Amino acid sequence: MTEVRFGQAINRALIDAMTQDSSVVLFGEDVAEAGGPFGVTRGLLKKFGGERVRDTPISEAAIVGAAVGAAMTGLRPVVEVMFMDFVTLTMDALVNQAAKARFMFGGQVSVPMVVRMPHGGGINAGPQHSQCLEAWLAHVPGLKVVCPSNVADAYALMRAAIDDDDPVIVIENKALYATKGDLPEPPPPVAIGQARTARTGKDVTIVTYGAMVAVSLAAADILAKEGVDAEVLDLRSLQPWDEAAVLESLARTHRLVVCHEAVEAFGVSAEIVARLADIGFDELDGPLVRVGAPFMPPPFAKSLEDWYRPDAGRIVAAVKRAIA
Amino acid sequence: MAVGQIKPSSAELLRLYADMRLIREVEQRLSLLFGDGEIPGFIHLSIGQEAVAVGVAGALRTDDTLASNHRGHGHAIAKGLDLSRFFLEIMGRSEGYCGGRGGSMHVADMSVGMLGANGIVGAGLPIAVGSALAHQLRKTGAIACVFFGDGALAEGVLHESFNMAALWRLPILFVCENNGWSEFSPAARQLATEPSKLAGTFEIPAERVDGNDIVAVRAAALSAIETVRAGGGPRLVECKTTRVRGHFEGDPQKYRDAGEFDEIGRKDPLTRAAGELRAMGVPDGEIATIDEVARRRVDEAVAVARAGTAPAPEAALADVYSPKSSRAPARADAAA
Repeated sequence: MTEVRFGQAINRALIDAMTQDSSVVLFGEDVAEAGGPFGVTRGLLKKFGGERVRDTPISEAAIVGAAVGAAMTGLRPVVEVMFMDFVTLTMDALVNQAAKARFMFGGQVSVPMVVRMPHGGGINAGPQHSQCLEAWLAHVPGLKVVCPSNVADAYALMRAAIDDDDPVIVIENKALYATKGDLPEPPPPVAIGQARTARTGKDVTIVTYGAMVAVSLAAADILAKEGVDAEVLDLRSLQPWDEAAVLESLARTHRLVVCHEAVEAFGVSAEIVARLADIGFDELDGPLVRVGAPFMPPPFAKSLEDWYRPDAGRIVAAVKRAIA
Repeated sequence: MAVGQIKPSSAELLRLYADMRLIREVEQRLSLLFGDGEIPGFIHLSIGQEAVAVGVAGALRTDDTLASNHRGHGHAIAKGLDLSRFFLEIMGRSEGYCGGRGGSMHVADMSVGMLGANGIVGAGLPIAVGSALAHQLRKTGAIACVFFGDGALAEGVLHESFNMAALWRLPILFVCENNGWSEFSPAARQLATEPSKLAGTFEIPAERVDGNDIVAVRAAALSAIETVRAGGGPRLVECKTTRVRGHFEGDPQKYRDAGEFDEIGRKDPLTRAAGELRAMGVPDGEIATIDEVARRRVDEAVAVARAGTAPAPEAALADVYSPKSSRAPARADAAA
């Protein structure tokens, strides 16, 4: 068991995958010489050389497009989109190429590629460097989307993503990079699509992922003092998402809150509550309540960003509505 | 081989003519089948551009990879696709290359390095760049090739792809089929520069050839391919060619002058190649036999395609994700 930072766990996962499989290559803006904007790829250039670890020009569309072609020609590329906000520039390669190649070519080929992209606020990066756009990607058949909340999952989900034969988007919350946690030795694997119970409880289920897991746990602590026992489910994977785990938890608590940092409207939570309103209807004893950012771009000023991002207080209030 | 230095023998030219004739025959048949309602959706024909497909794609190795575009029937056939499976796909049959999921704009055959036609203008460029990167890293000795029209020059990703390929000296051949039309608009309203000049901006050596002259196209392609394969970095071959049909089949082309079509007839790559064959002393009968063989092959392929089966909806979800996926996301009940 070693205590490492979230970013170091991803770094370690990349090293282990690249050591094990020479077809794993890394490219993106400033991932080689500079070691990545958040230091996640530090040391990899020296370890694996300039052929496998490359700095690219500032060309997001070509970075992800090239990953598709490389994956179709025998490599397993791991590429980086420096901020998730820049995914807008890569959408053709992701949506029309990577996601569809296997299906539209009749199963002739897989596209085993990973696209890393940091999302989320908390560093006052403003409207174009703070967004959580995962719902866009989870909506596209053919893509998978994972979003770890802690060190062990950051390692395991990166390994699972690289091992996967399909295109996987790994979303890393920027606010988590500096957080620390234990990385067991050897790190246990996690299958994509499997949720984790972060806290057991019997009164209400809070479904969440990424940076909002810690915030939800803080909310659960507050609720515990008020006599409400909340269960917190960390989805880990958004596409596919662990419907069975959510239903199982709901069948015990009968109350559901879904929380994410992304804008609430049309978000991941909308899919989850819609699905549970269907398959979980008989289990429900209260309204399905969502917690997300307000319907507006992420603001820059600290006072505004702090207000914008969901916090424990908002989750507590949502739980109170769900159990009322 | 330097361009224009070696004239092909009559046997070689006959073979090139036969390859072009086959593509022409295929597309003329596609036009008829489309008109008769046997092909749903959209098809984009490359009639008039056959010399580019045969001159370039026919000069590639089987393990060389090729990214094509929406006007890609000729590229696919020249790269060695099976004619029956090609027609099966375009006619939406389960025995087709893509199980009837792709159609004309997505014909692909990984076994011969054909990475797919593409419905998005310019999208094949970065895919070919990535494929070239894989060839370079895996030291396969193969190269990547991408066909795009002059319309793709206006797409941002083309500029990104040129730049990345040149920076990394990737083994990639860029082939611009310059037919002067970007969908319904002439180049004059679309482009502030020319393909070869743009490539030059990125220090990519470019050669401009008469794209309707099969001998010139093949010579330019062979020379460029040799350089690219030897590690000389990317090359561009710009082929000035002619789009005879509309942007898509059914396009009445009201935006074109009638006079343009007289000129197009004179430029026809097949007529020109046949003329050269005759000048070399090849008898008319031999050319007519080639034409007849092409017709028969297409007849046979269409017959096979007509006998194909419609894809079953029960199997439709099968390839959204790979079997080796850690877990297929599609819900069990979604398939019901």
